Amino acid sequence: TGRLAAPRPGYAPAAWAERCLPGSSAGARRAALRLRGRTYPAPPAVAPRSLLVAADLRGAHRACLSRGGEQRAGFAAGDSWICKSVLSEGHQRTVRKVAWSPCGNYLASASFDATTCIWKKNQDDFECVTTLEGHENEVKSVAWAPSGNLLATCSRDKSVWVWEVDEEDEYECVSVLNSHTQDVKHVVWHPNQELLASASYDDTVKLYREEEDDWVCCATLEGHESTVWSLAFDPSGQRLASCSDDRTVRIWRQYPPGNEQGVACSGSDPSWKCICTLSGFHSRTIYDVAWCQLTGALATACGDDAIRVFEEDPSSDPQQPTFSLTAHLPQAHSQDVNCVAWNPKERGLLASCSDDGEVAFWKYQRPEGL
Amino acid sequence: DEEFVGSRHIETRGHTKQRKLQQKCGDLIRTIRDPEKPNTLEELEVVTESCVEVQEINEDDYLVIIRFTPTVPHCSLATLIGLCLRVKLQRCLPFKHKLEIYISEGTHSTEEDINKQINDKERVAAAMENPNLREIVEQCVLEPD
Repeated sequence: TGRLAAPRPGYAPAAWAERCLPGSSAGARRAALRLRGRTYPAPPAVAPRSLLVAADLRGAHRACLSRGGEQRAGFAAGDSWICKSVLSEGHQRTVRKVAWSPCGNYLASASFDATTCIWKKNQDDFECVTTLEGHENEVKSVAWAPSGNLLATCSRDKSVWVWEVDEEDEYECVSVLNSHTQDVKHVVWHPNQELLASASYDDTVKLYREEEDDWVCCATLEGHESTVWSLAFDPSGQRLASCSDDRTVRIWRQYPPGNEQGVACSGSDPSWKCICTLSGFHSRTIYDVAWCQLTGALATACGDDAIRVFEEDPSSDPQQPTFSLTAHLPQAHSQDVNCVAWNPKERGLLASCSDDGEVAFWKYQRPEGL
Repeated sequence: DEEFVGSRHIETRGHTKQRKLQQKCGDLIRTIRDPEKPNTLEELEVVTESCVEVQEINEDDYLVIIRFTPTVPHCSLATLIGLCLRVKLQRCLPFKHKLEIYISEGTHSTEEDINKQINDKERVAAAMENPNLREIVEQCVLEPD
């Protein structure tokens, strides 16, 4: 179906392609840009693998990290992606997750070395301003609350930690939550409430809120039959998507006390119900799910090397929504896709990374007629 | 009937290829040493030729399933053997594959727990970053001279 315009001089991506999605009426067109980072000498027998992509609020930056313990920050310049900096001093072991602060000036990195580093961005340079310690073993995820004052981390030590940061960049642990019975894989904050969610190897999702001066677990979502790898709130925060080793995505909805639908609540805490399960679409573990804050599209990263996008059917009942698979990109990568992230400013721009060491950028277009 | 014969021929070739891949997997895991005893996994009957299953996912992409029988019910040893199997195959299999490793059914009290750990690639990666554990695995998977 043709090729995109030649890449700008000075940067040569490995491949440009424009593909049509077979079977859909208009054809969802996607452009894939393969970004091959420079390879750095890796410690023996550990090949760099891209584990995470994070886009900041302004859409301009990307932080990529690799298993060797290095981090690379890539900046977009028009349609090209250039690796601008490599942060190799912060961690002794794999960097598992990176997260941009809401203001875009800080980067948090969670590592298997049991620490979380906070980096301050100074134009193209990053300076490690503090290292958060306390977890007993590998930190798996870190997330900033939308307010920018709170940070959450989680670990194989089964705990979730909540940290408060003040104007002087001082961090203090305000709560250690031991609700999960196994390794905690992911934490995410609600988009507009002070509500935290965590996903675990114990097959559950847990929610936490502040109560007096401490944080408490206010809900446990059961239903997945294996490890829950990742979570994403929808733009309104009314729904939460979870993805699992059980090869399903589940959509949960919040029902506050006194809700119209008559869903029972205990005390003043809302109840959460599973209102939709996407099963039969993924043939292996689903490692990540991302909910686009601009369009409501849901993207998944799967161990079958594919990326999929789902959209809610506009006419479906909000209490029992149906989602359709609107894009399926098999062989998006040549190995497991570990992470997907929607650009917060540019509609349809999706980034993915994989065990194959590549970070890919995709342009998703909703099929006509949806 | 040319058509019939033609498709039979392809089917046979598919099976032959799968059998070859199965043998390749078997060859790689047979020589893995037990972490505790001075024997190979084959000698201890932890793995046998029939413990390898190969399924075609796509052209040139296969699902490899290994079912091994640990010699003792000791949990950490079973996990360690699982780790050795995973590392050896991941490194040495010359074809594109996905790998699943399980303790053969009914041979261990905590087999679900062990299977879950062995098949969680993040747990495997973290374990291999532990220098002591890594050294043991490296010794076990070292190709015999």
